[in-house]
Parts: sequence; C-alpha cells; structure tokens
Amino acid sequence: MKSLISCLALAVFAFGSAVSGQVIRIGVVGPMTFIQGKHHWQGATLAAEEINAAGGVTVGGRTYTIELVRVDSNEMQPGPDAVSAVERAITASKVDFLVGGFRTEAMLAMTEVACDYKKIFLIAGAADNKLLQGRVDKNYNRYKYLFRVTPARSTYLAQAAFIQLREVMDLFRHELGIAEPKIAILAEQAEWATPIVTFLSLQINAPLAVGGLGGRLVGTWRPSALATSLTAELTAIERAGAQIVFTVFSGPVGVVFGRDWGRLQIPVAAVGINVEAQAQGWLDATGGFGAYAATVGIYASGVEVTPTTVPFIEQFTSRFGELPLFTAGTYDALYILMDAILRADSLQTDAVIKALEATDYVSTIGRIVFDELHDLMWGPDYVTGIGVQWQDGTPVAFWPREWRPDPQKLPDLVISAPGTVPYVIPPWVRDHWKGK
Amino acid sequence: MVANILVNGLVYSGVYAMLALGFGLVFGVGRVLNLAHTAFYMVAAYGIFHFASTGFAMPLAVLLTSLGIVAVGVAVYKLVIEPVREMEATVLIATLAVAVLLQEVVLVFFGNEPRHVPPALTGFTQVVGVRVGNQEMVTLIVAVLSLIGAWFLLSRTKLGLAIRAAAQDREVANLMGINVNLVTAVVMGLGLLLAALAGIAVAPLFTVEPGMWMNPLVIVLAAVVLGGLGSLKGSLIGAVILAFAEVSVVFLVPGGSYLRTAIALLIMVCVFFIRPEGLYGSSIAEER
Repeated sequence: MKSLISCLALAVFAFGSAVSGQVIRIGVVGPMTFIQGKHHWQGATLAAEEINAAGGVTVGGRTYTIELVRVDSNEMQPGPDAVSAVERAITASKVDFLVGGFRTEAMLAMTEVACDYKKIFLIAGAADNKLLQGRVDKNYNRYKYLFRVTPARSTYLAQAAFIQLREVMDLFRHELGIAEPKIAILAEQAEWATPIVTFLSLQINAPLAVGGLGGRLVGTWRPSALATSLTAELTAIERAGAQIVFTVFSGPVGVVFGRDWGRLQIPVAAVGINVEAQAQGWLDATGGFGAYAATVGIYASGVEVTPTTVPFIEQFTSRFGELPLFTAGTYDALYILMDAILRADSLQTDAVIKALEATDYVSTIGRIVFDELHDLMWGPDYVTGIGVQWQDGTPVAFWPREWRPDPQKLPDLVISAPGTVPYVIPPWVRDHWKGK
Repeated sequence: MVANILVNGLVYSGVYAMLALGFGLVFGVGRVLNLAHTAFYMVAAYGIFHFASTGFAMPLAVLLTSLGIVAVGVAVYKLVIEPVREMEATVLIATLAVAVLLQEVVLVFFGNEPRHVPPALTGFTQVVGVRVGNQEMVTLIVAVLSLIGAWFLLSRTKLGLAIRAAAQDREVANLMGINVNLVTAVVMGLGLLLAALAGIAVAPLFTVEPGMWMNPLVIVLAAVVLGGLGSLKGSLIGAVILAFAEVSVVFLVPGGSYLRTAIALLIMVCVFFIRPEGLYGSSIAEER
C-alpha cells in the first residue's frame, strides 16, 4: 500500500513538474492601483495572449506558454512593499523573468533583489540613468540581468525634451517676436528628475551659437511628487515672467499641474515630460483644463513610428478603452524577451542574456538595440520617443516633425514621423504675450 | 511678491483653519486627539466627487456629504473612541487605525487614480495683481462663513457656553449639570462637519486621492500644537502661520518648494524654543 501511495505521489509530482515546465512565468511589476501599473499589466497581457494564441514559444523542442504573475509593487508610496513584492514573486510565485517597474527609488531596490536571485529584469517604466549606469558597466557579473526597454534613460529623455523645448522657443521667436523666451522649470522632487533639471538649467541660458537654447531661466520649482495643489508654484512662475514652463512629472502631480495651469490660465506654454498627460483620461482627470498640455511621449493617435505602432495602439485602445502609456512597453518587453529566448533556443539565464545583448528588434516605439550598459540606443535610427500635445480633445504628436538631428554634418537628414502636426501655443498664452 | 504670498496664503489659511478649528474643538472639549480627523476630510472630498459625478445637484450633494460624514464620525466616536477615551495612547492608535481603514475603503471603491470635482465657478480674478481662481475665492468664503458660524455657535449660544465650559474644565462642567459626554459627541460632530466642509471646499482645487489626508494631518497637528493645545484661538492662528510659511517657501525658495511642509514645521519647532506651551497654550504647571 505504502509503495502504491509513493508511486502515486511520484506520478503526481512528475506530472506537476511537467505541467509547470511548459510554462514560462513572467512577473509584471508595477504600482497596480495606479494607471502606470495598470498599463504595465495590460501591455504584458496583450503580448502574452498574442504569443500564446500563436502557439507559444518553442525552445529545445518543447513548447511553452506564457503565464503572467501580477506583482503589485505599490511603488508610488515610499516603503518596503516593492522589494517584498518582487521577492515574493521570485520565491513564492516562482517567476522566471521580470518586466516593468516605475519609480527609480523603488527600482534600485527591486533590481537588487532580482540580481540576488539571478533573474532577468527587463525594465519597462523607469528612466533614471543610475539603474544601469555604474552597475552593468562596473559590476557586470552582478547586474548583467538588467536591461531597459522603455523609456529612454533620463539624459536621452532630457535630450528629446530639450529638442522639443527648442522648437517651442522657436515658435515664440517667430510667431510672437520674443527673441529670448523666459523659461521656468517645474519638476517633481524625484531622483530621476534631477539630472534632467541639471542638464536643462545649463542649456537654457547658453547662447544659440554654442548649441544652447538662447533663452533665460527664471527659476526652478521642485514641488513634492505627491503635491495636491500647485497654485502657489504657478502664480510664482507667472510672477517670475516665464513664457514657457518646462515640466518634469511622472506621477499624479502632473494632473494637478494640468488642472491648475488651465483653470487659472497661467500665461505660459507647457512642454517637457508629464506622464499623466500621455493617458487617455487626461482631460477628464484635469476637469477639462488640460488642453494644450504637452509631453515627451511614446504613443499618440495616428502616429506611425514603426509599422507595428499603429496596430498596437489600435489593439490596445479597442481592448482597454484608452491609449497606452509608456509603461505598456511591457508589450515590447515580452516580445523582446521571447525573441531572445528563441534565438538562444534556451531558457538558461546566461544564454538568454547573451541573446538579449544581441537584440536588434523593431518594436512599437522604434528599433531596439542595447548598448554596453544594457540600455536603449537613442537617436534617429533607434528610439527617440515623440512629442505629444493635447489638441481638440486628442493627444497628437508634434515631434519629430521636420527634425534635423545634425544640420551641419547631415543637412539633408530630416526626420518626420507620419501623422505629426505643429505645436500650438495655447490661445490664452498667445493673447497674453502678443505684442509685448 | 508680497501680494502673491498674501493672497495665496489667505486661501491656504482658510482651509487649514477649518481643519484646525475642528481638530482643536474635539481636543479642547473631549481631550481626544483624533488622528482620523483629516481622513474624514478626505472622505468628504470623495463624497462630493461621488454625488457630483452621479448627477446630484450641488446643494444636495453638499448636504448629503456633510450629514454622512457627521453620522459616520459620531458613530466612530461612540463605537471606537468613547470606550477608550481615558487612555490617550489607545485613542491615538485607534483613531489612526480608523484613518487608515477609511483610506483603504476609499481605495477599494474609487481606486488610486486622481479624481477631479468640477469647480462651482470657473475662471479667475486679478486681486492686487495676483491671479486668483474664482473657485479659490469660493473656498475662502466658505471657510470664512464656516469659521464665523463656529464662532457664533461657541460664543452666542447656550450650547456654545456648555462647550466652552467643558473645554475649560470637564469635571466642574459636569458638576454644573452639563452632560459632558453629550457635549463631547456634539463637538465631535461639529468638528467633523468643519472637516467635511473643508473637504468639500477644497475638492475642486486639490487632487482628490486616497492619500490626501496625510499632509493636512501633519499641518493640523502642528497648527494645534503651535497655537497651544486646547486653545481654539491658538489653533486658528497656528493654521494661518503655517499656511503663510508654506506659501512663502514656494515664493522665496522655489527650488525647495517640496520642503514647504518641513520648513513650516521647523518654524513651529523654533517657536517652541521661545514658548514651549505654544502661542496661546497654558503651561504644564498651570494645567496641573
């Protein structure tokens, strides 16, 4: 009898192992009660469903399906939740890979846990340089598990935002006759925002002749990332005489900005980074006051960055009822991971890492190639992002439009993503500054 | 710049004063440090959001939200606070638990997305050269009217006399025939009504989200302590000082505007070096 029970137990165990062996478990990490985390999950869900519907992934003659594990990091709030969630996903839910993440402060800790357990973590949502710089290059053996799929690192985001700011400043020069536009920086107090603020602070006052912006910085305001009102900051910016406000927001304070800026009709044009302004619900969240807000973005209505951009946006929008945020880049992350697994023809971590390092994949946001830091290559041939502005109730792209990345060396290189339209100075800003 | 600080400071003062007065009343009369006070303010903001978004007329939405907050608040007082009222540490923990519970309940029903309540008045007005939203003026008027109403109740009615008597000396008031427990419950309701009105007033101005109660709690505690524990006048003045300190930081130290609350609290600590009992508080020796 005992031997029969043992045999049965062994059979059940063997069957269970075989079943779990047919599944690749992927932990999707994000603040799941916030829109950023929801889009992490939804992007990954879409990719997993597509891959599974196409028959899964065949590795070494065995076919695997993808199973997603929701890892709620609650990383908008400070605290230990993020680390605990990732550790639980690895040890209890037995995930094979991790994708997602959002707040740099939390990601620094979560990626340490992933590296402790030697799990590949495809970052899809956090921009700070320090997540990879100083880690992968300085201690490759420990941090080789980390790759960034979206967004571009902070300095490249700053670069894109810098180019967009320059274009808006040119508009002020040409349309309003303001030779030296005054700029205010309004940036949430968060780790990822600091290098962007530093970079721009240096560039704004630098003359155009030396590659600067030829403007005048009138001040930098750093409200809390969880501030619920920005009226004092905005009236201070108005008082400082700013004509353009450069925003650096990743969290809910971006909504606060849009609402207070539009409601009080502060006479400054907005450009910069505002993750909440990438969301379909932006106008509702701001009570309709967020019109003309602009941000560096990834997705916008009708803009075709690559052949897969529009189909993905349409599919995401029809399935979930809203435009994808950049955190829905978990969609690309899953495809990039599967592409690497297929090329490696193995699930062995080191083999997959080698394959990931050799990635050259056309994603929904551009061509993904990883540099020596395991970070995205940025530029006209790779990923640049887009500039998005809310016009007539819709997020439309205003950049890259007739962008000349290097007018001196490559005068004929002009980049325009199909579907882009010109940036519009908000009417109340135009009225305020016209003729002054 | 002075005009900017004055105008913005006044708006913040109104909101903080409403919260601080309600909190101070409850502490002054019932000796209850109700850490859930601003959580009710948060629930009121969600209440007005819910009723406004489901098509209720604004006056009815305000009435329902206010009555709901007072009813829930008094029930919490009777069920959670009153049984442990004599044990201060237990009251602190119990009311903090209520606050967290309210936040989690709101999270379940409304999620974490920032919500917006449409303003009663759109547009803005230039006041001494400073751009002030018309909704901010509505909020300031609501705050002033609420504070005048509270002052009238406290200083011109028999109930107010009983409240003030209980605030000065619970035992003596009891000996004089005042039902101190009833008065405390009434004050709890009154305090929460002020919290509800503050929540309703700021909902169109601030982002409505489950964590919106935490920062005001710190400010209100600081205002009450700065003004002197138990002193209603002190609570109001403390609130005004902290509001102006916050706004001044934004204008004078823009790069450190995230430190606005920290700097306001630093001012409070500095005041304690000069008057440890707060601006209008009685010293510990006098209390004894």
